[in-house]
Amino acid sequence: MISIQNMTKVYGTGEAEVRALDGVSLEVDKGEWVAITGPSGSGKSTLMHIVGCLDAPTSGAYWLNGVEVSGMDDTQLAAVRNREIGFVFQSFNLLSRVDALQQVMLPLQYQRGEKRLPRGERAKRSREMLELVGLGDRTHHRPTELSGGQQQRVAIARALAQQPSILLADEPTGNLDSKSGAEVMEILHQLHREQGLTVVMVTHDPKVAAQAERTIHFQDGLIVEPQADAQQGGS
Amino acid sequence: MDWLESLNTAWNGLNANKVRSGLTMLGVIIGVASVIALLSIGQGVQESITGSISGAGSNLLFVAPGSFQMGGVQAPSGSSASLTYADAQAIADPRNVPDAAIVAPEFTGNTQVIFGSANINTKVTGATPEYLAAFGMEVDRGRFISEGDVSGRGAVAVLGSTAASDLFGGFDPIGQKIKVSMPGAGGGRVSLTVVGILSPQGGSRFSDPDNAVIVPITTAQTKIFDGRNAQGESLVTSVNVVVGDEERVDEITDEINTLLLRRHGFKPGEEGDFSVVSQADLLATLTQVTNILVVFLGVIAAISLLVGGIGIMNIMLVSVTERTREIGLRKAMGATKVDILTQFLLEAIILSLAGGALGIALGVGIALLVDKSGMTNAIITPDAILLAVSFSVGVGLFFGIYPANHAASLRPIEALRYE
Repeated sequence: MISIQNMTKVYGTGEAEVRALDGVSLEVDKGEWVAITGPSGSGKSTLMHIVGCLDAPTSGAYWLNGVEVSGMDDTQLAAVRNREIGFVFQSFNLLSRVDALQQVMLPLQYQRGEKRLPRGERAKRSREMLELVGLGDRTHHRPTELSGGQQQRVAIARALAQQPSILLADEPTGNLDSKSGAEVMEILHQLHREQGLTVVMVTHDPKVAAQAERTIHFQDGLIVEPQADAQQGGS
Repeated sequence: MDWLESLNTAWNGLNANKVRSGLTMLGVIIGVASVIALLSIGQGVQESITGSISGAGSNLLFVAPGSFQMGGVQAPSGSSASLTYADAQAIADPRNVPDAAIVAPEFTGNTQVIFGSANINTKVTGATPEYLAAFGMEVDRGRFISEGDVSGRGAVAVLGSTAASDLFGGFDPIGQKIKVSMPGAGGGRVSLTVVGILSPQGGSRFSDPDNAVIVPITTAQTKIFDGRNAQGESLVTSVNVVVGDEERVDEITDEINTLLLRRHGFKPGEEGDFSVVSQADLLATLTQVTNILVVFLGVIAAISLLVGGIGIMNIMLVSVTERTREIGLRKAMGATKVDILTQFLLEAIILSLAGGALGIALGVGIALLVDKSGMTNAIITPDAILLAVSFSVGVGLFFGIYPANHAASLRPIEALRYE
C-alpha cells in the first residue's frame, strides 16, 4: 500500500543543513497497523507529513496504492489527500467557531469524481461518522464546548468522512490525558479491527506504540533495528 | 467545487467570524459613505453658488468703478469714485449703446434701517425705476420707485419681503415711516415712507433681494450717503445693463468700454478706471473658487477612503495567522489552491458588496440630511457613487485575496505550522 524508497528530506543549506530524513525505505501493507516511534527530531513526523502528502521530500520515491505520488503537482496532491488519506493531528486542528457536524463535513466538500457525495447526503454521512466515534449526541457542539478527547474524536470522524484508504495519526494522544488517550486508542483499535483500516501512527509513548502490530523505530533520520527492550530516548 | 458550494463555504466562513466580518465591512462602509457624502455636498455648494448667478440671467452686464480682476481680487476703494450718474445716462443713450435694453444705475451702501424698536443692518440701494425690470423683480403691494421720486429726491422706500417682515412683523408697512441712519460723522437719520413691498424672490444671491431696502437713487446719493465726487458730480456704485440680444453681450461690453474710456479721458486700449463684467465672467471666477472647494472636499474624501482602506487591510492582515492555519487545514483535507482562492474571493466580494451597499445608503442618507437641514444643497452624482464603490471594493478584494494567495501557495504543513 505504501512504498517508500531511499527518501531524504533536507531543511536549510550549508552549515545550517538538517537532514531530517537520511535515506529511508519503508513498506506498509494494506490492513496493517504500524507505529512509528523515536525521539524528538528523529524524523518520524517529517516522514508522516510526506506520507500524508502535506510535505514534499527532497529526494526519493513514494508510491501510494501503486501510484507514484512524488512528482505530482499541487492539484493532483490535493486529490490524493482528499481521496486516500485521513490525517489526525496532535493538536486536533479543528476550525474554531464551527460545530462538530460541519467539521466532519469539511473534507466532503472538496471531493471530486465518482466518490463525490451529493450535498444532501453529507450531513447524514457526517452524523454516522460522529456516531462511530461515540459523539452522536454532540453534533452541534463547537470545539470550545468539547473536551480534548472529544475534540480528537471529532478529528478522527473528520479524517474518516471521505472513506480514505489509510488513516495517518501524528501523536493522536499527545495532547490528551491518559483516560482520553485510552478512549481515542480504543476507537482506533475498533476501526482497525472492524473495518480493516490501515493505520500509521507516530508516537513517542511506548505504551501506545505497543498496541500496534508493528513498530518502526527512528533515530537521526534513519530507521534503526527494533529492539525488544529499547530505551526510548527523550520525548 | 461548484459555485453554490463555494458560496456556501464563504458564507459559513464569514458567519463564523462575525466580528472580523463586521469590522472589515465597517471599513468599506466608512470609505464609501464619506466619499459620497462629501462629494455630494461639494457638488451642491458649487451648484447653489453658480446657479444663483446664472439664475439672474446671462444677458446682464455690470459696469463698476475700479478695475475688476479675475480671481476675486477686489479693486482698491480709492478708485471707486470714478463712475458717475452722467456715465450711466451716456450708456442709456441709444446713440451710444443701441442694444442696451435696460440701463439701471444704482448707488448702494450698507446702513441701519429702523422701525420702532426693530432695526436691521442691510444694503440700502438707491435705484431708478429701471431697476425693477433689470433684475426681474415684481411689486407685491404698493408701487416701485417712480421717475418723480428720482427727480424729486422723494423720501420713499420699497422693501424686500424679508426686510418688511423683519421690520414690521405682521403689520402692513405701506404708509409707515422708517428711519435710515446716515453713515459717517453726523449720525443723523433720514425718515422715509414705505410705498411698496416686493414679491419674495427666493434664491440666495450675494445680496439677497428679499432683504433689500430700495430708495430713489437721488435720495441715496444726497440724503443718506455722500454720493458726490470732488467736482460735485453724482456717483453711482454700479450700472446694471440688460442686453436685448444675449448673443451680442461681448459686442456691447466693447461698446460700453469704448464709450467710458473716451468719457474718462483714456486712449482706446488703455486700462480704464472702471470695469465691465458680464454674468459669464462672474460665473467663471466663481467656478474657479468653488472648484477649489470641490477639490478640497475631494481630498478629504480621498483621505477617508484611505483610512477605510487601511481599516480593511488591517483586519485582513491581522487575521492572516488564523486564516493561514485554516487554509493549511483545508488543503490537508483536499482543497486545491483554486478552491481556497475562490472561497476568499467570494468572502471578499460578499463583504465588499454588502459594505458598499450599506455605505451608499449611509452616504446618500447623510447627503439628504444635509440637504434637508438647509445648510447647503447636496447633489448626489453617479460618479461619486461609482468612485467610492469601485475603490472600496477594489481594496476589499485586494486585501481579501492577497494574504490568502500567499497562504494557499504554501505546502499544507507549512501553512498549518504558521505562527
